[in-house]
Amino acid sequence: MLQQAEPQESESQKSVNQTSLCVVSSQSPYRGQSAREALDAALVSASYDLPTSLLLMGDGVYQLVDHQDPSQLPRKNLLAMFKSLELYGIETVYVDSESLDERGLEPEQLLPVYTLLEGDGVATFLATQKKVLNF
Amino acid sequence: MNYALAVYGAMGSSQAGQTALSFAKAVLASGHTVSRIFFYQDGVQNASSLSNPPQDEVNLPAEWQELVQQNEIDAVVCIAAALRRGVVDADEAERYQLPASNLADGFQLSGLGQLLESLVETDRLITFGA
Repeated sequence: MLQQAEPQESESQKSVNQTSLCVVSSQSPYRGQSAREALDAALVSASYDLPTSLLLMGDGVYQLVDHQDPSQLPRKNLLAMFKSLELYGIETVYVDSESLDERGLEPEQLLPVYTLLEGDGVATFLATQKKVLNF
Repeated sequence: MNYALAVYGAMGSSQAGQTALSFAKAVLASGHTVSRIFFYQDGVQNASSLSNPPQDEVNLPAEWQELVQQNEIDAVVCIAAALRRGVVDADEAERYQLPASNLADGFQLSGLGQLLESLVETDRLITFGA
């Protein structure tokens, strides 16, 4: 179930008729380059004016944990990219609620730039997407 | 049907490349088309001309090379992912003053736009190693 029911539903409905892309990112932020390169793919997609969204699930939900500081690794902080996604035309960042529960994370611990998908929300949402790119 | 393949795994740590290669051969043998193979993330290692395993093991970059050249498949390697992982063509080696280049013939470096184009324009994009 989509949390922001009305506007999100009509948007998804519209996307069914044209090409819409969801980039699914399910790796933790600093495990290799997967998270970063999934974001890059989403940004390139949006730059081509494809309606693009990002779905974080599995360990991917760790990417949005607020106040993370990977400077000791050292790695670039991914949150900076998440803060500018809207600017680059990524319509919505979705987070799978069940993945948060499995990891003992509360929605309040995440950078508040996302829409929570609860119950069978992930399946329902992906069914509205013409294309899905999995990372 | 027109297929595109995306390969995300390196041959040293993933079966993705070999599975993708077998899949591509099966697709072609069934009379379908493979228009593009896009190498991204660690999959860029599949395009290294310096891969040189023992003779009784598969040399995946060489196998890819043969497949894409015989079937005129667009073999595209993501340039940003490749530069991160040490796969470069002669132009990039010169641009960044690197001591050597190793992109195998038959492959070309290009951007992520090629992956998105395949996603939109082909009937199926199949991902290996996500």
